[in-house]
Amino acid sequence: MAFTNEQLERYSRHIILKEVGAKGQKKLLNAKVLIIGAGGLGAPAALYLAAAGVGTIGIADADEVDLSNLQRQVIHTTNDIGKAKVQSAKETMNAINPDVTVNTYRTFVSSDNILDLIKDYDFIIDGTDNFPAKFLINDACVMAKKPFSHAGIIRFKGQLMTYVPGQGPCYRCVFKNPPPKDAVPTCKQAGVIGAMGGVIGSLQAMEAVKYIIGQGELLTGYLLTYDALTMEFRKVKLPRDTSHCAVCGDHPTITELIDYEQAECDGVHLTNEAE
Amino acid sequence: MADFNIDDTVDITDVVCPTTFVKAKVALEDLDEGQILSIRMNDGEPVQNVPRSIKEEGHKILKLTDNEDGTYTLIVEKVGD
Repeated sequence: MAFTNEQLERYSRHIILKEVGAKGQKKLLNAKVLIIGAGGLGAPAALYLAAAGVGTIGIADADEVDLSNLQRQVIHTTNDIGKAKVQSAKETMNAINPDVTVNTYRTFVSSDNILDLIKDYDFIIDGTDNFPAKFLINDACVMAKKPFSHAGIIRFKGQLMTYVPGQGPCYRCVFKNPPPKDAVPTCKQAGVIGAMGGVIGSLQAMEAVKYIIGQGELLTGYLLTYDALTMEFRKVKLPRDTSHCAVCGDHPTITELIDYEQAECDGVHLTNEAE
Repeated sequence: MADFNIDDTVDITDVVCPTTFVKAKVALEDLDEGQILSIRMNDGEPVQNVPRSIKEEGHKILKLTDNEDGTYTLIVEKVGD
């Protein structure tokens, strides 16, 4: 595949980088990334991946754009209120970069659909806002041997880690099970500073890009935490729990996907927006 | 230019800085080490900057010829993979 002059110009700042070059840009154009959740995390991730020329981007979310989303979900505009988030996201991504094919999935992930959703993608971004979805994405990616970026945000804090099959811990190695219902508030109850989705979602996009071009070190085996108030990033080393992990360990006890029950406060309006 | 075996040619007169260098760089990436690229470029900014940028990437500049039609031809040997 040869670049058009327009593509050379569009991606010139990438191609000039020796870590990217024409080869890396072609890898991006041939790559397929699935973003689960078109909310606080998914919005910036989708914008940067579309701008970067990731050739195929899937986006899954069942929700519609709500006025209360717009404080942080920067892919949607006031005019999009009431529109399906995946449609609104697709329109913005294609407006930024018509090179990108955007596949929309207007659904929440569940044990019934997730393996089918992720199977055609090279890398998955977890931009969901609830523990059942996070454990489901982890377990499905472990079972299907798909790399993914986990992230969560709440108040002034955010965290992320990257799972690559066979190279370090999965989410369940670190967090064995979802917390008890209502033990951890969602961002609906607790609030979240808008730019936090931008910081952490952009880092997820960065991990996806590095994975695709095969450059640098990923957050495999590390949890990166960010506290905006103290302005501290911490990179915590995490071992793989091969002897005990219920899903990626040597003797897995979880061999089928689990739909954990959603905390009651979220039961009515389960959203895939950022935590 | 008969003194070089040109493996590929690229015309960067249809783009402007910095795409000039990007287009030349992409053409070089498609070559193997030791192969030779002929690059046609406009006088002015391209001829001032593109040869220098290519040199900074580690490639070997073999010859720069004034075509006396407002363009130059730069002959480059690819160094590295």
